[in-house]
Amino acid sequence: MTTATKTIPFNTYRAEKTALLEKMNIVIIGHVDHGKSTLVGRLLADTDSLPQGKLAEVKARCERNARPFEYAFLLDALKDEQAQGITIDSARCFFRSSRREYILIDAPGHVEFLKNMISGAARAEAAVLVIDAKEGIQENSRRHGYLLGMLGIRQAAVCVNKLDLVNYSRQTFEAIRDEFSAFLRQTGIEPRFFIPISARDGHNIAGRLDKTDWYKGPTVLEALDCFEKEPAAVDKPLRFPVQDIYKFTEQGDDRRIAAGRIETGSVTTGDDVVFLPSGKRARIASIEAFNAPRAESAGAGRSTGVTLDRQLYIQPGEVMCRAGQETAQVATHLRVNLFWLGREPMIFNKRYLLKLGTAKVPVWLRRIHTVLDASELTTEKNRSHIERHDVAECVLETLKPVAFDLSSAIAQTGRFVIIDQYRICGGGIILEGQRESQTLVAEHVAQRERNWRRSRITPALRAARLGQKSTLVVVTGPADQSGENLARHLEETLFNDGRQVYYLGINNSLLGIDSDLSRSGLRDEFLRRLGEVSHLFTDAGLILITTVSDLDPYELKLIKTLNSPGDCLVVRIGAQTDAEIDADLRLPADLPASEGAKDVAKYLAQQHYLPEYYL
Amino acid sequence: MSQLDALESQSVYILREAYRSFKQLVMLWSIGKDSTVLLWLARKAFFGHVPIPLLHIDTHYKIPEMIAYRDRFAREWNLTMLVGRNAEALQAGQTFPSGRCNRLQCCAALKSEALKHTLSGEWPRWILNHRTGTYEVQPQPEAFTGVIVGARADEEGSRSKERYFSPRDKHSEWDIAEQPPELWNQFNTDFAPGTHVRIHPLLDWTELNIWEYIERENIPIIDLYFDQGQGTRYRSLGCAPCTGPVVSSARTVAEIIEELKSGKFANIAERSGRQQDAEDGGGLETLRRDGYM
Ligand SMILES: Nc1nc2c(ncn2[C@@H]2O[C@H](COP(=O)(O)OP(=O)(O)O)[C@@H](O)[C@H]2O)c(=O)[nH]1
Repeated sequence: MTTATKTIPFNTYRAEKTALLEKMNIVIIGHVDHGKSTLVGRLLADTDSLPQGKLAEVKARCERNARPFEYAFLLDALKDEQAQGITIDSARCFFRSSRREYILIDAPGHVEFLKNMISGAARAEAAVLVIDAKEGIQENSRRHGYLLGMLGIRQAAVCVNKLDLVNYSRQTFEAIRDEFSAFLRQTGIEPRFFIPISARDGHNIAGRLDKTDWYKGPTVLEALDCFEKEPAAVDKPLRFPVQDIYKFTEQGDDRRIAAGRIETGSVTTGDDVVFLPSGKRARIASIEAFNAPRAESAGAGRSTGVTLDRQLYIQPGEVMCRAGQETAQVATHLRVNLFWLGREPMIFNKRYLLKLGTAKVPVWLRRIHTVLDASELTTEKNRSHIERHDVAECVLETLKPVAFDLSSAIAQTGRFVIIDQYRICGGGIILEGQRESQTLVAEHVAQRERNWRRSRITPALRAARLGQKSTLVVVTGPADQSGENLARHLEETLFNDGRQVYYLGINNSLLGIDSDLSRSGLRDEFLRRLGEVSHLFTDAGLILITTVSDLDPYELKLIKTLNSPGDCLVVRIGAQTDAEIDADLRLPADLPASEGAKDVAKYLAQQHYLPEYYL
Repeated sequence: MSQLDALESQSVYILREAYRSFKQLVMLWSIGKDSTVLLWLARKAFFGHVPIPLLHIDTHYKIPEMIAYRDRFAREWNLTMLVGRNAEALQAGQTFPSGRCNRLQCCAALKSEALKHTLSGEWPRWILNHRTGTYEVQPQPEAFTGVIVGARADEEGSRSKERYFSPRDKHSEWDIAEQPPELWNQFNTDFAPGTHVRIHPLLDWTELNIWEYIERENIPIIDLYFDQGQGTRYRSLGCAPCTGPVVSSARTVAEIIEELKSGKFANIAERSGRQQDAEDGGGLETLRRDGYM
């Protein structure tokens, strides 16, 4: 054997020669023990999709252990799962029909494993729901049925299984069919097929026995082949959530590429685009790809990258839309339908993370409208929290606006997950963006002010005694030393002038873009604390100086709100690079800190914060 | 979009999510066809660059061609190439070929243990110096928090339960029942201190997809997969003492695809040439929990 590798030219893209079979994800769901795994095992066996010898091997193992053979064992590759006898996670199996290739996801039916069922089902394009003819419709038959709608699965077949146990009774089958269709209709799902089957005996799975000659519909296999692939959403408006910005300068590559996947629509060189929520605009300069023929455009489903005709500071998480098409909405308040899977309930006043598209932002539960028991479809109002396995209609609030769509319009950018303690604990769909009535922070401040006990010493008395009007001075600018230098000089200048002043020197690295804390999204938490602390200082009549690098308008608003009713002055160093903030004073980046400090002091005097200030 | 396009797009998306979310990220490269496809997909994701270091666990018993191939492409593609090994077990001769333990114990020591301690930074890593062409001990190895692996769901039972982003606890253990959900295209990219996440961009690919993609993209694959005239080839690569070639005269990627589609391998498990799988029913599952891929 030689050591050489095949000497074929690299970086040459060959057109696909073989027409590949279409692929479809199908989830098998239903109440525990209704026969899902048996059905999957049967489908694999009856379509000859098992590896050679697998069936014999499992049968032999059963014989050795004196256990009756079950088709479900074919899937139960995991040891502890066989011991427990229930599918705890979604297992995936592959098989193919004459029409296409299938990935069957066998989702667990036990309510404890609902999160696994949802993981399985969220990947599926169609569902097969299994109901035990003898036991009839159970809690999880309903719950799973309801969740299908939320997960966005529109095609379904319902199998009424174990018909052998009810003597292949047409009546039993039809009773279940009628009851279950009525239930599903309320959730907006219309199953295409109801199929009477016996998974154990292989009846109406891939072939038929003559036990149900009253049934003229398709077998399970035929029903699967009747499902249609949802066409890629090229006809919808463009949605390109920006996943990351790449620049591999060290490798000698000067392209600045916005990378992401086109969720809907298409994008072409020369298109005018707008990024949301920032609203920044640019034109597409090129569509980038590695080892692929040069293309002028790319469509829905593609993970791709674009370069722009100008230098823009776009953040990962923004959604690129096409100007002239309907663009995504932008809001901080979202009315949503959400299912909760966390061990701890979802509660008010707790900071969670929202992942929507490629954005990941802090989020709070703001209001609970109704909580639905998905197994019964009954609703409850006035709930104070959302329990595990609840489905709730509620309002979420983010600190900064997010770009989104209604899930009914564009599913891909209309759904989200919620993270609690490093784990995905819930998910949902967006029903509506709401006009902000009152933010959580404003409400908190109003409440704080109501409860604040004050003596007879008024702010005016304090101002008269201290010879100054209190205020917060926020210095913002690039993430370097310039802000800190200015702040320190300003403190000295005012102190030497006899003022009651304090420089709150929070280490910028805590707030900086590169720190691990901000990576894990805690910057807003620091700003929140900063706002509360500022409020104490300004309330006490002091002048407080602090620095925060690259403050954006929403962060500034947060600090101002928390510091209110205290005043706040914003000093911005250097040219604005990113989001415009409302600065009271702008200083050039190259101004020495001592000069800058004098300018700020002069400004404070002009604004009557420093009476009798002599220049 | 064709099926391969869809698979590629999803894998690229996952790689980019991983790159964005984990500062201490590494990708395992076994030199086999799957992880080589994964490496190629990284070049797709990052427009020709590979900004993620590659880690190869060298058991010392790898087929020699594999090492030559590794170093050649590490140079050609400008990879940050890391190598780890269980130096102690090798020195003490605690291996199957030396007759001191069985195949599974050998795998556990040379692969699982080596991987675990190399990932955590407890054991030394060797890094390829592109200037000198030699491997040097990496100064101050840090623990990796994200590990990209080329596992596929169709390979074997336990792998069909994986998530794309699958958290492992402090002891590298995989608590299958407690896996958080994974919804739509949102993954568990957050992780508690001391834990790490395994990332599986190839989960949905089948063996056939892998070869079809190799053909389409013209990815240079190691010669061991092809018959060199002896009428045998490797279908899956591992250590020389435990990996046997299969009888096959497929000389090209196209012939392998043909063989998989209609020929003799259509219904035979891919790892059938690997001896350690046969020793105990759940052996691979046990190894897998311990971190062996
Ligand atoms: N009589 C009869 N039993 C069945 C049939 N399908 C499944 N079962 C049995 O129902 C039990 C639960 O099946 P399983 O597939 O594990 O259910 P799952 O929990 O929904 O995956 C097993 O003991 C099966 O043998 C059927 O068509 N007829």
